[in-house]
Amino acid sequence: MSIKKLSPEELLALDKFSVDEGMPHIIVDKAACAKCTERPCLVVCPARCYRQKDDAVNFEYAGCLECGTCRVVCTYGGVTTWHYPRASFGVTFRCS
Amino acid sequence: MSDDKFDVIVVGAGPAGCACAYTLAKAGKSVLLLERGNSAGAKNVSGGRLYTYALEMVEPGMYKRAPLQRKIVREQIMMLGDNSAMTVDYADYGFGEDVPQSYSVIRASLDEWFAGEVEAQGGTVGSGILVDGLVEQNGKIVGIKAGDEEMLADIVVAADGVNSLLGQKAGLFPDVKPHAVGVGVKETIELPDDVISQRFALKKDEGAARVALGCTEGISGGAFLYTNQGSISLGIVFNPEQAAKNGRQIQDIFQDFKMHPAIMALIDGGTTVEYGAHLVPEMGYHGVHKRLYREGMIVVGDAAQFGINTGVIIRGMDLAIVSGLAAAKAILATSNPAEAGPEYMKQLEELFLLPNMRVYANFHNIFGMPRLFKQYPKLANEALEFLFKIDGKVPEPMMKGMLKIVKNNVSFGQMAADAWKAYRSI
Repeated sequence: MSIKKLSPEELLALDKFSVDEGMPHIIVDKAACAKCTERPCLVVCPARCYRQKDDAVNFEYAGCLECGTCRVVCTYGGVTTWHYPRASFGVTFRCS
Repeated sequence: MSDDKFDVIVVGAGPAGCACAYTLAKAGKSVLLLERGNSAGAKNVSGGRLYTYALEMVEPGMYKRAPLQRKIVREQIMMLGDNSAMTVDYADYGFGEDVPQSYSVIRASLDEWFAGEVEAQGGTVGSGILVDGLVEQNGKIVGIKAGDEEMLADIVVAADGVNSLLGQKAGLFPDVKPHAVGVGVKETIELPDDVISQRFALKKDEGAARVALGCTEGISGGAFLYTNQGSISLGIVFNPEQAAKNGRQIQDIFQDFKMHPAIMALIDGGTTVEYGAHLVPEMGYHGVHKRLYREGMIVVGDAAQFGINTGVIIRGMDLAIVSGLAAAKAILATSNPAEAGPEYMKQLEELFLLPNMRVYANFHNIFGMPRLFKQYPKLANEALEFLFKIDGKVPEPMMKGMLKIVKNNVSFGQMAADAWKAYRSI
């Protein structure tokens, strides 16, 4: 393979994840997001877990890199719960 | 496990937690080091470069056992233009002599090794255990909770990283603010070791460290590149507040940077094998949490927000190790948990951690100059283009041409203001 631009999906496919199905470690209040006009999460989440669909913010925790940026930038009450995934779940970095 | 009480429970097996646990275990304390990743380092991402002195403080010669990558002898500063780049390359082979000054590192291997060292000293390491609460008794922290289990100790050391949910749970500090952190993204790119050596003019065990400006669309932040054994770590750190205002996904900006011809020349033919992201404390001394202890608990490393960024040197892991050592020394020097916290603050002075940070206390103000990340790198590139470009036409006189380039990018008033700000900051 040679160097090329990689999409978020391609980048996350390189990482090892063990998704805790049905147990999201981050909970997002869509009603609060609906009122938020700034939506920094769409821009700063390195895994692009936050995406705009129609007018709503969709959140998908499966590819979360556990950095904490969304919690820190969300001052609008959208990220209501942020904790680390349960033990043995989430991302496992092997060479970072 | 819940029946046993430990002298100390350390939460987080990064450099801070491992340095602390190692020192305590070596001194004969019963230590439990807990790590939420399946192995130490599994949740960690850093640039990364480790300044060796910190490991030497823990134990002279220890660095020789560590899985370090390349000793850094080339320090490089890069300013990017759209289709050009200016690089300052400072090679100092003295940095590689005796105890080499710094090494590039991969956290998965470094942290796992360090946790192994703790075990070798008789410490207990529990990986794959998420600490999600604290046990309090009469206003003192006396242990931790992991799911349904409680584990008790005289002192809990929170080495749980930049987000430090434990420090927040203990009521020591509020959550970090967006202006006080940077969000870093990074690709690890595999390349044959000899190719890396050739491209960066290195011998086999030597390494290069590079910072780059002018690649963040004007957002406060910059890129980094470290040469490892058989791979290159390439990434950018952004101020998340400004990135949000800028409006373009940070990952897209990073991908553009990667494809810049001057960067591509370094990584071409490589294979991206991992993508990581992490928060970094960016406020330096003024960003350090005001309260780093209460009875029964001490906060170390990124959790305390220790970090130094001067633009050309970026320090976190060394400070983490020194702070872990400071906590261990404080615990060893005091018999009463109530005295350990104040002693820790003293140790942070005596081991020169806080004095080091104070020297650079106002440096983060420099990064408040928006022109540093766009106009000045562009100006530097345009000035060099003007110097080197020959196309057979009659060029403008030197002074006139240069002044035009300066004026196109920045006014003299702005330059004077920035120079004053820089002077005041350093």
